[in-house]
Amino acid sequence: MENHRILKHPILPIEEREDVLFTWNGEPLLAKKGEMISSALIANGINIFGHHHKDGSAQGIFCANGQCAKCTVIADGVSVKSCMTAVTPGMEIRSLEGLPELPDTAFIPKYPPLEKLEVEILIIGGGPAGLSAAIELGKYNINTLLIDDKQALGGKLVLQTHKFFGSEEDSNAGMRGIEIGKLLALELQKYPSVQVWLNSTALFVFSDKKVGILKDGIYKLVTPHIILNAAGAREKFLRFPGNDLARIYGAGAFQTLVNRDLVRPTNRLFIIGGGNVGLIAGYHALQAGINVVGLAEAMPQCGGYKVHSDKLKRLGVPIYTSHTIINAAGKETVESITIAQIDSEFKPIPGTEKSFACDTLLIAVGLNSLSEFTEEAKEAGIQVYAAGDAQEIAEASSAMFNGKIAGLIIAKECGKEEVEDIPSEWYAKAEVLKSHPGKIKDYQKDLPETGVFPVIHCLQEIPCNPCTTVCPTNSIHTEDGDLMSLPVYSGNCIGCYKCVLICPGLAITLVDYRNDKEHPIVTIPYEVFNIPKTEGEEIELMDIDGNSLGFYPIISVIDVKKRHTQLVKVQVPKAIARKIASFRIQEKEISNPLPEPVMPEKMPDDAMICLCERVKAGDIRKMIHSGVTNLNQIKAKTRAGMGPCGAKTCENLIIQLLREEGISIDEVVPNTRRPLFIEVPLEKFPDGD
Amino acid sequence: MDKIYDVIIIGAGSIGVPTALNLALRKQKVLVIDGESAPGQQNNKKAIGGVRATHSDYGKINVCKRSIEIMKNWQETWGDDIGWMSNGYSYPAYREEDEKTLKDLMKVQHSYGLNITWVSPEEYNELVPGINKEELRGSTYSPEDGSCSPLLLGSAYYFHSLEAKVEYHFREKVIGFDMSQSKISRVITDKGIYYTGMVINAAGNYGREIAAMAGINLPVQPENHEAGITEPVARFMGPMVVDMRTRPGSENFYFYQNNEGQIVFCITPKPPITGIDNRSTSTFLPMCTKRMLEVYPRLHNLRVRRTWRGQYPMTPDGFPIVGKTGDNFINAIGMCGQGFMLGPGMGELITRICLDELTESDLHILQSFNPERDFSGMEAFK
Repeated sequence: MENHRILKHPILPIEEREDVLFTWNGEPLLAKKGEMISSALIANGINIFGHHHKDGSAQGIFCANGQCAKCTVIADGVSVKSCMTAVTPGMEIRSLEGLPELPDTAFIPKYPPLEKLEVEILIIGGGPAGLSAAIELGKYNINTLLIDDKQALGGKLVLQTHKFFGSEEDSNAGMRGIEIGKLLALELQKYPSVQVWLNSTALFVFSDKKVGILKDGIYKLVTPHIILNAAGAREKFLRFPGNDLARIYGAGAFQTLVNRDLVRPTNRLFIIGGGNVGLIAGYHALQAGINVVGLAEAMPQCGGYKVHSDKLKRLGVPIYTSHTIINAAGKETVESITIAQIDSEFKPIPGTEKSFACDTLLIAVGLNSLSEFTEEAKEAGIQVYAAGDAQEIAEASSAMFNGKIAGLIIAKECGKEEVEDIPSEWYAKAEVLKSHPGKIKDYQKDLPETGVFPVIHCLQEIPCNPCTTVCPTNSIHTEDGDLMSLPVYSGNCIGCYKCVLICPGLAITLVDYRNDKEHPIVTIPYEVFNIPKTEGEEIELMDIDGNSLGFYPIISVIDVKKRHTQLVKVQVPKAIARKIASFRIQEKEISNPLPEPVMPEKMPDDAMICLCERVKAGDIRKMIHSGVTNLNQIKAKTRAGMGPCGAKTCENLIIQLLREEGISIDEVVPNTRRPLFIEVPLEKFPDGD
Repeated sequence: MDKIYDVIIIGAGSIGVPTALNLALRKQKVLVIDGESAPGQQNNKKAIGGVRATHSDYGKINVCKRSIEIMKNWQETWGDDIGWMSNGYSYPAYREEDEKTLKDLMKVQHSYGLNITWVSPEEYNELVPGINKEELRGSTYSPEDGSCSPLLLGSAYYFHSLEAKVEYHFREKVIGFDMSQSKISRVITDKGIYYTGMVINAAGNYGREIAAMAGINLPVQPENHEAGITEPVARFMGPMVVDMRTRPGSENFYFYQNNEGQIVFCITPKPPITGIDNRSTSTFLPMCTKRMLEVYPRLHNLRVRRTWRGQYPMTPDGFPIVGKTGDNFINAIGMCGQGFMLGPGMGELITRICLDELTESDLHILQSFNPERDFSGMEAFK
């Protein structure tokens, strides 16, 4: 039996969990008590959960979030979404081959009356934005209901094992996402006016001003006076031949499997997309002991923070900028992918194709705001606000700050006269926190070759400053005091490591000339210590861009358990001391391309647009060529968007195709949004006596 | 120069598009004007797809018989798969009075040559396995009725009509007519003026307003209905199930398993909700699922995928308004929620009105649909 569980993790505690016996197509297997079926299957090395009823294609995990139905299996005779259904002892689970049978029912059930209630404020989403807003509303004792569809508060924060950017005072920068989530949830407990419903999915905001919510499997109708949409975002998908193979999914699904469920869904991962999401997912993969074969980004430079991409590069993950994916190949699951360099018009350059063996492909090509609850509320005539990614895609630090502002605005709207006007500089800061990375500059030049001081390998303007607030001698400042500006060292370093430990980018090393001017000691932060580093071991030191600086032995290692970080020390010639940013942990061979590129058998028009209903790019293109620019009309003929995910995946891809065919966005008529947000069994709705 | 058409059709929906194709096949120069951005975007796409000839009057029975023939042979004739299934209709009776109504009506239906039988509760359980048999007295079963996808058929009609050179003007609204005595000489829209020999009002929800532009008052009132669709499962049930009973808040409701394996369902609110409002309400699912699961508990685990809302453009007596008034104005409105099933047959009938080719049978059919009739009668079998 294969074991794909993460047994050791540098950040996350691995708790002992009870084993539960279940069967998969008759074969006995072990799950962990309370875990979702999908994770139990993946932990046992099972990645194909069934075959599609339309074309027999292999199906497996895709969203890991209850939004699609690709992970459907038959559990004890009933078809269920395996990512949302926990394994129970003795459960008989079967793969779904074609359409499921509807079991017969002997009983005529009785249904209780539906619960209906009124609240002042309904917050949809308990992530960084929703929690921050709820805390402010709680402070003013305003009757608030916060709902979240997960089992714990924190939203995507609970999946973020890395330290956060931003400013320490406003968004706890330097702390790990998981800790921030817990901190906010804990603070919220102080405020009795805020009620929290977990396992609660908003299904629709109806025209009669009621919001349908499925709470712990029970349908309820809530009438709020004001809605705050803090429901976050959804990931975009990508169009390429082979994009419908099993084991291709987004970063959300990947992080759920790895960081929440502690399963290792892959041994060899390739990542498409060099934004923060893709870069961080790559880092999370390394921390989970997964080989990251490479990362490709279409732009000449990664869109994410440079410190994130640097971190991957110097640990040994190649990043291919100006590259696009040509195809994914494999029988049912991904076995290889091919990338190629692109020209200034984003066209692949023939002859530059490279293929890599990998078993999983992670697509991280951006996010779209989950705006439907805002639109539905407006249509119903309910006052509505949005915060966090649901309003505008940005970092969690921005979501927290904007959530706080939204909470205060709503408190004022509720007639709380004592709420002071939001200072204008808050809005300015909110904008800064949303900002994209800025200019890339050079290293600080005026540093001496004596004493001890930090070398700051953070060369791109980003909204982040914990190194400046943590220094006990107040020796680090940003160039002009602005949150966006680069940090510079000036003053009296005492070698306390605080800046080294807090930097979310792991981009500060400490260089100490005090013992040996010619051979200074360099201290490097390291937090992948499931690949542990010990004294005496030879490591390949790397500069900021991932270039080798030679092999040197580790002279000592300090374990800073509280911060889940090791401080690795090496003694090196002074010529390279300041260039050292980190050291390689992933062998070069892992990233070697295949000897010959695997050229696509499938054509670009074979790329799947609607994975649910199996509609190919060619089918859509044909309709566009016949003059159709209305997504509803495309849907009517092709069924694209009529599947279980409700056009959440294909809508963007169709709009991209329309754009590619030269149709202006003004001419495009989007899909009509209708209930329900996710599929829900009929038996949840009856309003009984 | 202003354009000249043989026929202008107002409304690219269940009636307008089939009519356009039929006229174009007869070499008529046709323009279809619609305020939406694409065909079938009002109530055509809202239809749940059921098609029956088992009505209670000569007119609807014969138009729908022809519709069924067209749909059944569509793939052979035109090449497109529209998802036609001869899965039948059934009206289970749980009350003595319903059994009597249905059986009385069957005599009329048999006299029109319809294939409809009475099945026992046990036989009905074979057709709809697991149906609630408590107090079930039996059911009608009309195996030649059926269903197909309104979306696929709507698209098929539209694209074939384009091939037949029908012109469409979308996002354009008719604002009036130029009349000389009882003849419409020009159609005026918010974007242009068009000369035409004939005008067909197939404007669905807006049929009454269009007729008024020609000085005619026709009693058509849209009533709102909501419908829903589930995930697909392997085929397990046969005919459409229509429960005729009335409950607080609702009249009849109906559901069937479509060609994709999905259950499609719809309910008639009581009292009716008039007007045009396409926004979903929170009352539909709790009301409709309660009744559905009571009749068919087997459905309880099936997941709802989507719901929507549309209108039944109702007439006081439940019969469509179809016929020529004045010299060149044909009304084809008030389909009472049956525009989709009437559409294919109606398209041919309207074409024959236009071309002055009405048969004896057509004249008989049109008696029930006469725009100048007394509307105080009531349809026996909704």
